[in-house]
Amino acid sequence: MDWIAMATGFILILMGLYGALTERNILRIIVSFTVANTGVNLVLVAVGYMHGRTAPILDKTVPVAEAVARIIDPVPQALVLTAIVIGLGVTAMMLTYAYKLYEEKGTLDVSKCRDLKW
Amino acid sequence: MIRNFAVFLLLLGLGAIFLHLLDGYVPASELNQTARYYAEHTAQDLGAANIVTAIIVTYRGLDTLGEVTVLFLASTIIGMVLAQGSKRQRALQRKLPASGELLTTGSRLLVPLILLFGAYVFVNGHLTPGGGFQGGAIIASAALLVLLTDPLKRFSHKLIALVESISGLVFVGVGVLGMLLAGGFLDNRILPTGEFGALFSAGAIPLIYSFVGLKVGAEFTSMLTNLAETEKS
Repeated sequence: MDWIAMATGFILILMGLYGALTERNILRIIVSFTVANTGVNLVLVAVGYMHGRTAPILDKTVPVAEAVARIIDPVPQALVLTAIVIGLGVTAMMLTYAYKLYEEKGTLDVSKCRDLKW
Repeated sequence: MIRNFAVFLLLLGLGAIFLHLLDGYVPASELNQTARYYAEHTAQDLGAANIVTAIIVTYRGLDTLGEVTVLFLASTIIGMVLAQGSKRQRALQRKLPASGELLTTGSRLLVPLILLFGAYVFVNGHLTPGGGFQGGAIIASAALLVLLTDPLKRFSHKLIALVESISGLVFVGVGVLGMLLAGGFLDNRILPTGEFGALFSAGAIPLIYSFVGLKVGAEFTSMLTNLAETEKS
């Protein structure tokens, strides 16, 4: 059962990349990137999971002495917390550029933006 | 057609790689060396109950400073990119339809509660699941609710910038204090670690995480405000 989260993450990455590569509307591309980003986070968290263990927070039910045998790996969780925040910043910036693109060109269709095409 | 075929081939290859990874994946049954160190030493050395928080704020505090900086840069760039377009912005002439009794009353009731909950989440970051980033995001969601209720509402940029700069300065200042009074940059033991599991424990972690929460909340709010101000008449 442990592989379900990881498989879902991989499927989300593939779905996101498919959307980012085939869509023409920049807003849809941004949403696709967000989906792929979520997939990466899910895979990372799934790697840190260990069967039958609990969250890395020490309290009455998880005493300090038993921590090593009772908690899952805290490092991927810290990593994913960082990744989520940075992902949000990146998404906000992509949306800003989409807004500027619409203001300049009057369209959200990236195939109509041919400035860098020769 | 050719393009879609290439995309299909690429995804097929990636899918095969992922399948291979998934097939050969064996979940660990023991904590690895790094995780074991954190599990054994966090409670005695730092006094924080939430090990993830201890890693983010103290063991890897410098990375978090970098993360906050990246977020600050992102919000600054958004402000800069959008500000250039607002030179010719006129005052809004269009009258917006009223946002409705349900949304108005609901937001009046919920906004203080959401702010309180956000503060709770970042103050208790060293004890419970949560912390500065989560609490900051919750605080920004209150700002989003206000903007949904009244799309023409304008938050004070000065206030947001003030909160953001003061929080950033306190974060770096506490880090430098750690270098002077304790073991190194961002060491949390400049304050007594206190009783394990109490609100005032874990040294400087609650202090640092509260200011991270305020900073993240201010940055997300400034992103929202900048995007909301692009609303055309």
